[in-house]
Amino acid sequence: MSKMTLEIEGDRHVVVKRRFAASPEAVYRAHTEPALIQKWMLGPDGWTMPVCICEARAHGKIRYEWTNGSGGGFHLSGEFLELEPFRRIIHVERMHLPAPTPDNHVETKFDPDGTGTLMTMRMTLPDAQTRSRMLATGMEHGMEASYVRLESTF
Amino acid sequence: MHVLDATFAALSDPTRRAILARLAKSEATVMQLAEPFEMTQPAISRHLKVLETAGLIVRRVEGAKRPCRLAEGGIDAIDQWLAMFRKALARNYDRLDELLADTKQPAKSKEKR
Repeated sequence: MSKMTLEIEGDRHVVVKRRFAASPEAVYRAHTEPALIQKWMLGPDGWTMPVCICEARAHGKIRYEWTNGSGGGFHLSGEFLELEPFRRIIHVERMHLPAPTPDNHVETKFDPDGTGTLMTMRMTLPDAQTRSRMLATGMEHGMEASYVRLESTF
Repeated sequence: MHVLDATFAALSDPTRRAILARLAKSEATVMQLAEPFEMTQPAISRHLKVLETAGLIVRRVEGAKRPCRLAEGGIDAIDQWLAMFRKALARNYDRLDELLADTKQPAKSKEKR
């Protein structure tokens, strides 16, 4: 299994790719069923998602609330724009820190790849400044710093 | 924050990323940089100006030449930000791997992961 790639593209995009050893249907369900989402979409170790609203249909609401169990927490809200079961999800989301960040427009594709799935998540931010701020939110939530070479971001 | 915004803007161009990758190997003059990119020296100079303003490269004077090199620590901040974002996502997807393995049909559990 290959590792995740994360690339910044143009002024406003971030593209994440990752392979999974499971069918597109299984990976898609893990992105749309609250009981599954709450098991993995947690960020750094120690965080949990006590509230997970994910109405997986056009115009359906999204709300994820995270907590670190010691007073720290934030939430994300969003709406689904389009869902093509097991193939593609288009939604918008914003973080509340607590002020809302500008909308992040996200297209997530699940393509068959051998016996597994290639997931491609393409985020589009309103402008370059918003993108750099989105990438910065990690720092505000106590994520551990680590160093990687610039080349690995290409 | 302004510095990081400039850094991201500077990195948004593929030619500028390629110039940085080239400079990661060694110092180079404008002429040396222009060669592999099939670009004019003024075009390269404009890219270098953007990189210099963003604090990603520094230039020194050596006679008529002004060789460029990577700025010390210039890419560290953006590297760290990207790394943290990447790390949080990577951790999520590792967890998702485990979840998918757990919920898999028994018939498929023989497959190599």
